[in-house]
Amino acid sequence: METGGSASSRPEVKNPLWLLAEVTYKCPLHCVFCYNPVDYTRFGPELSTDEWLKVLRESREIGATQLGFSGGEPLVRDDLEILVAEARKLGYYTNLITSGVGLNEKRIAAFKEGGLDHIQLSFQDSTREMNDFLSSTRTFELKSKVAKLIQQYDYPMVLNVVLHRMNIEHTWQILEMAEAMGAEYVELANTQYYGFALVNRDRLLPTREQLQRAEEATNRFRERVGGNMKIYFVVPDYYADRPKACMNGWGSVFITVQADGTVLPCHEARMLPGLTFPNARDHPMKWIWYDSPGFNTYRGDAWMKEPCHTCPEKAKDFGGCRCQAFMLTGDATNADPVCSLSPHHHLVTAAVEKAQHPLEKRVTVQRIVFRDDKSSRELTRKRDTAAVTPA
Amino acid sequence: MSASATFSDDTVFDLARYFRFQWEPAQQAHVLLYPEGMVKLSGSAGEIMKRVNGSATVKSIVEDLEQTFPGVDLRKDVTEFLEVAHGNGWIRVKQA
Repeated sequence: METGGSASSRPEVKNPLWLLAEVTYKCPLHCVFCYNPVDYTRFGPELSTDEWLKVLRESREIGATQLGFSGGEPLVRDDLEILVAEARKLGYYTNLITSGVGLNEKRIAAFKEGGLDHIQLSFQDSTREMNDFLSSTRTFELKSKVAKLIQQYDYPMVLNVVLHRMNIEHTWQILEMAEAMGAEYVELANTQYYGFALVNRDRLLPTREQLQRAEEATNRFRERVGGNMKIYFVVPDYYADRPKACMNGWGSVFITVQADGTVLPCHEARMLPGLTFPNARDHPMKWIWYDSPGFNTYRGDAWMKEPCHTCPEKAKDFGGCRCQAFMLTGDATNADPVCSLSPHHHLVTAAVEKAQHPLEKRVTVQRIVFRDDKSSRELTRKRDTAAVTPA
Repeated sequence: MSASATFSDDTVFDLARYFRFQWEPAQQAHVLLYPEGMVKLSGSAGEIMKRVNGSATVKSIVEDLEQTFPGVDLRKDVTEFLEVAHGNGWIRVKQA
């Protein structure tokens, strides 16, 4: 494979498979569990239509096959129809990852015409009150309408519901809602603690019991619906004892392009200190994937410390998530502290232990932070002086 | 004679809903694409999938392949692959 560098010093680099296009950070919702970078308000101007088309073309040329349009809310971009149609022509399998806000019949008809393959609709909760509270807006009824449109246009009905302490006890009701909407696939994704979710971790991390009950409810529901609805339950990694194989390895299959053109090996990596990530305006995607220093930093295992370096599981989990290691330990080359073998694992168990206590019995509880521009600017100022890790 | 427990020589298969079959130059392989995923096919699997088009019967797929690759009895390979593909939900039986 052409890498442009010396083959002996580098692990073999395969072609990318996934391109996540976070086309905008504008969003009508203000979800407290959003993984978007908290400092998104300081990013540069969004890529133009032509610049996005260049990103799509060049990424396809190096092998990316799955394409996710995300954000923010991707529907905020009024050129999304153009991007979708071009992506389909290039041979991508195109996925729209949306809150549904901004999707009307005219737009979905244009997406269908342009060849959009798949829509994943997010829901915050089964009840209107909680859904609207969690996203700090009134959207529940609108989303129900969107769900109907999605079916009307013969898309698979795929629902994604982010679970956390405030809604996890509604798991059964959430699944009933999904069934009533005709969902074929439901992803119950427990919050992972990045971006705004990390800031709100104290209020979002469920208790062990809550998690257990939610899993039981999910299993009971699976028995009830049989093969008619596929339900995926994603455990929060704080409750796992081995880290997730984050991004299937750094620079292994995944590319994120942010709204301002910054290209990353995952949607969080921009926070990592000491790394510079290229902009798609300035460099071809081929160079970025194969040769840019940012994409090569954590490829392979030469960067690993103990206990990862000699760990028999390193080929399976790649030491977990570099961003989580940095956020919790201050050093991205440490093992992901979710791992029970990590010398920093106590940071995770402490958060988990704290989560077992009701909020009102804790000495300090942070105020809840909604994902909006004002919070972003505040958090950016804070980050400039200290890390945004909850105590 | 039936080709397998779940289908016969006259069965017509089509791609399952939401699946797409295409050639990937970067991988030099045929692939099946579906929401957020991909299956990379071997050379022979790709040749079989090329012929799964919603109109060809299992029998005609075997005959066509045996014409393209003469001298080999491909019936067993084709049947086995179609069973796997059907079991994995990549293809569906087209109702007459």
